[in-house]
Amino acid sequence: MKPRQKRLAIVLGGLAAVGIAATLILNAFQSNLVFFFTPTQVAGGEAPKDRPFRIGGLVKEGSLQRNDITARFIVTDTAREIPVAYKGILPDLFSEGKGVVAQGTLGADGNFTASEVLAKHDENYMPPEAQAAVDKAHEASRTLKQ
Amino acid sequence: MSQRLINWFKFASPASFYPLAGTLWPWFAGLASVLCAVGLWISFFVAPTDFQQGEGYRIIFIHVPASWMSMFIYCVMAFWAAIGITFNTRLSGMMSSALAPTGALFAFLSLWTGALWGKPMWGAWWVWDARLTSELILFFLYIGYIALTSAIDDPRRADKAGAIVALVGVINVPIIYFSVKWWNTLHQGASVSMTKAPTMATTMLWGMLIMALAFWMYSIAIALYRVRAIILERERHATWVAELPEMQR
Repeated sequence: MKPRQKRLAIVLGGLAAVGIAATLILNAFQSNLVFFFTPTQVAGGEAPKDRPFRIGGLVKEGSLQRNDITARFIVTDTAREIPVAYKGILPDLFSEGKGVVAQGTLGADGNFTASEVLAKHDENYMPPEAQAAVDKAHEASRTLKQ
Repeated sequence: MSQRLINWFKFASPASFYPLAGTLWPWFAGLASVLCAVGLWISFFVAPTDFQQGEGYRIIFIHVPASWMSMFIYCVMAFWAAIGITFNTRLSGMMSSALAPTGALFAFLSLWTGALWGKPMWGAWWVWDARLTSELILFFLYIGYIALTSAIDDPRRADKAGAIVALVGVINVPIIYFSVKWWNTLHQGASVSMTKAPTMATTMLWGMLIMALAFWMYSIAIALYRVRAIILERERHATWVAELPEMQR
């Protein structure tokens, strides 16, 4: 082996070692790297019980109620649901059927009291006309099914 | 070696790379200006308003290309670091040092534009989710590389130490890229990727790709320009530097 090849082997070997180490560390910290828990995970008891955490999912259609400055809505991942109460200003992108991440605590009654609500938007970007066309197509397929 | 079409090892010598970089950088700088002008024009005047985020989404035309560039430049630095350790070439360390400030600039731009975008859309300037945190680590890696290499006086030793930072840190790049897939994050997934059709309107996509190309050209131009300064500084006692036409005054 030439010295040059030896050094290349050391570089590649080192990279592989660091890569494996990183994979193992990230695997070990898997649960700490999660930004939010879905309602299904919460129902499965994966969320911490003694400290605040975040839940994420979609705001259920038709579930948003405003009472003074308290907003109540249901976060769903289409399988499980969690009712949320939040006192404060909701972000502009917050709307029914869209993504949301709320930080707070889960009460014994299963109600989530949020101290912060963030809107989570998706990676789709299109002009409003295109969105209108998409909505129309969805509407048409829904009526066809019925 | 002599049968090859281009003898790449010839350009590994600072003396022959210096004039080449001098010829090349104005071309890349020119391309960067033209592409940037076209890209910004598309971004602001041609691309349609977004159905969800209105005009606010337009920061994507800086944010995404800057983020791509910050990750890619780090990979290039790691590539030069590997070449430098393997072949013991002087130029590779200089290339890494020339790229680092530009990479740091793009990482900072990515974080800054991200904060400006996050506040109106998400409702927060900053959250500690995996995507944002790993990009912040990338920024610190750039700063660490620059600090470490400037703290060591002997340039050859500085290059070696920097090369190790570059190689170890490159593990972070796939983590940034896949963070939105591996974990629940507030940050949305990729709109443009190798594996699926882009989820953007075509004119928006064009604006973003042209801006990305403009950033590429800018990075190449500024790195070549900077590497010339580094070559001159490190080789100032060499005869070839003394014989340069710009030194004959």
